[in-house]
Amino acid sequence: MTNTVDVDKRRFLTNATTVVGGIGAIAVAIPFISSLSPSARAEAAGAPVTLDISKLEVGQMITIEWRGKPVWVLRRTDETLSTLSTLVDRLRDPDSDNPDQQPDYCKNPGRSIRDDILVLVGICTHLGCSPTHRPELAPDDLGEDWKGGFFCPCHGSKFDLAGRVYSGLPAPSNLVVPPHHFVGNSQLLIGADPVGYA
Amino acid sequence: MRLLTWIDARFPASKLWNEHLAEYYAPKNFNFWYFFGSLALLILVLQIVTGIFLTMHYKPDTSLAFASVEYIMRDVQWGWLIRYLHSTGASAFFVVVYLHMFRGLIYGSYKQPRELVWIFGMLIYVALMAEAFMGYLLPWGQMSYWGAQVIISLFGAIPYIGEGLALWIRGDFVVADATLNRFFAFHVIAVPLVLLGLVVAHIIALHEVGSNNPDGVEIKKLKDENGIPVDGIAFHPYYSVKDLVGVIVFLFIFSIILFYMPEMGGWFLEKDNFIPADPLKTPEHIVPLWYFTPFYAILRAVPDKLFGVLAMGGAIVVLFLLPWLDRSPVKSIRYRGPLFKIALSLFTISFIALGYLGTQPATGLYTLMAQIFSVIYFSFFLFMPLYTAIDKDKPVPHRVS
Amino acid sequence: MKLIVSFLVYLLVSIATPGFAASGKVHLDSVDIDLSDKASLQRGAKIFMNYCLSCHSAAYMRYNRMGKDLGLSDAQVTESLMFASDKVGDTMTIAMRPKDAKKWFGVVPPDLSVISRARGTEWLYTYLRSYYLDINKPLGTNNLVFKDVGMPHVMWQEQGYVRKDSDNKLHALTGDQATAFEYNMMVRDLVNFLAYIGEPSKIQRLALGKWVLLYLALFFFVAYPLKKIFWEDVH
Repeated sequence: MTNTVDVDKRRFLTNATTVVGGIGAIAVAIPFISSLSPSARAEAAGAPVTLDISKLEVGQMITIEWRGKPVWVLRRTDETLSTLSTLVDRLRDPDSDNPDQQPDYCKNPGRSIRDDILVLVGICTHLGCSPTHRPELAPDDLGEDWKGGFFCPCHGSKFDLAGRVYSGLPAPSNLVVPPHHFVGNSQLLIGADPVGYA
Repeated sequence: MRLLTWIDARFPASKLWNEHLAEYYAPKNFNFWYFFGSLALLILVLQIVTGIFLTMHYKPDTSLAFASVEYIMRDVQWGWLIRYLHSTGASAFFVVVYLHMFRGLIYGSYKQPRELVWIFGMLIYVALMAEAFMGYLLPWGQMSYWGAQVIISLFGAIPYIGEGLALWIRGDFVVADATLNRFFAFHVIAVPLVLLGLVVAHIIALHEVGSNNPDGVEIKKLKDENGIPVDGIAFHPYYSVKDLVGVIVFLFIFSIILFYMPEMGGWFLEKDNFIPADPLKTPEHIVPLWYFTPFYAILRAVPDKLFGVLAMGGAIVVLFLLPWLDRSPVKSIRYRGPLFKIALSLFTISFIALGYLGTQPATGLYTLMAQIFSVIYFSFFLFMPLYTAIDKDKPVPHRVS
Repeated sequence: MKLIVSFLVYLLVSIATPGFAASGKVHLDSVDIDLSDKASLQRGAKIFMNYCLSCHSAAYMRYNRMGKDLGLSDAQVTESLMFASDKVGDTMTIAMRPKDAKKWFGVVPPDLSVISRARGTEWLYTYLRSYYLDINKPLGTNNLVFKDVGMPHVMWQEQGYVRKDSDNKLHALTGDQATAFEYNMMVRDLVNFLAYIGEPSKIQRLALGKWVLLYLALFFFVAYPLKKIFWEDVH
């Protein structure tokens, strides 16, 4: 039996084996961790939805489902658009400074690509109820100053006709504008940014 | 204070490490046959981990099960790999376990004082067969369904209580959704817990008395001035490092199968199981998975339904009795007389032959051969008290070679 | 002893085929399956969509997955290969209800997603080329490989009429070598496609295998010297 133990070689081989083994362990972990990501079926179910807006009348709102959520598509009137600027003092985030609530191409006063078509995820940013569409002016329950918008019955939050949240009420942020774009004049594709958008 | 000292004051971490690894002295002459215990443990972990991830996507409902397996194979990221790991792992488990048991036979690892190691091991084997049987129902293919239907109806052979028992096991008049759901519960949690408990008991029982070796020499009989067996070496680092090599070689062979032939020509993933279960259409040949075929052959060799069932059960029960049937004081085949060597060879040949016969139709020559080999199989055990007592054994050395 | 040895040899020789062809006695022709032949798979996809997908579903196969694996864009798939669904992320389902199918055909045409794994590619290749005229059958044809099958000879226009003689041999009535050759190629493409949809991940599986084996070989070449150097202590 040899009395001299080559400690350096042992340490080298132990380290080398550990490194190679470690790489293998990580490589093996990757498929398992990835398997939790959305499957092809989930991706397909969450694919963008197309809506034909050619028959959408002025003032009319359609609700369509995308990724399990209600998405509102509203054709706004010219009057609505002009009242938007008058509400700025009553809003929590009138300039849409919070980048999480809308894509860059909707960071504008109307929070939309086209002035007339508003696209919003119809889920209150407070605790997730779906607000009601209240387009009428000055109804009894909402007061004389009401210029049209969305009212959440759960805890009283209010949003204007660009989805911007009123101050002094529980909802912390504007309604989310989902990624979307137009294909031609009559097709609205919800769930995908415009082609070429980085 | 060092972290380890803090832990040791509250939990026997260092004690366990030393008793079972760094200062567990195993014989230094372990050979090829001694790799399979650690490999079995590796496969157990593999099956549990892949099983957990499969359970995230599988649906135990007769109208959804088959589709959910194809969902895993196609839509789930890397699902195909996880599924094949599990199916190949199941067959690999039995290859490894059979070789592990064979080691026990050739080196007398079941003999005194290791009878309990053997008993726990046999219980693991029975639990493993139950686990595999129930797992195979889950894909809900034709072979899944009809294999389960045939085997559960065997319980109906028991006099008086048989039909009621089969009804209770199924939860319905035929194998149905109720059966699938309860087999799922057993396969995913109940039997794995039992398996884990038994594996722990198996290893504790082994470490209590110390490992056997290819010479069948008790290394604890000769200790040095420090109380360490002279023919013993610490499990860690010597056997941890050796078993690592064993694991790598095993994984190499396993990966060849996994990536290039996971179906194994229909042996590991049967063709008929790619057809969804149809209670109204029986396949031409109902073949159990390969690792059950020896016992299936014994079952069919006996023309009577009840006695066939008893013979099949008996073939497993008789293995439990091995420590007490073997009357020779010699453990290892290296020092056994010619009678045991012949008997073990005949037993091995008949086990393999019965395995093949279990895959063939039960007619004519096949049935006759199954009957002959069944007789040889049982004779190995039934005549063992006689031939091991009169066998001319060789003298056993005091030191390992 | 001799008996046992010769039996073992017989055993080893016959152990090759555990599966049994449902047809039993018919010889199955071999077919060249090549999943890397994208052109063949594309042709096969077209045949499948045109001839098979009306009665048979392939409910576990997604259109966009097929597009990706066959080198086709989503637009190409939607334009040329989708007749039964409108979204490229859909699976290849059909509109025919199983209840109606049973009434019209006597049996529900099976889903073809994994038919190549259940029957085997040789069976499929031979089956699709074994139809012959039979006036005793309601749909006018029978099949050598699958006796009294309920499926009609969907691709008869490509193959032409085939007659069976008293020796159970098939003769094409057109007698045209080119037609026979082209039909065989067509069926080959279709079976190639069926093999693909049976296991779309097979391509990835085969590609990954060599890397895993290479890694394990590398691992062996550090772990084995590690074992040797520690075991110098022993003996």
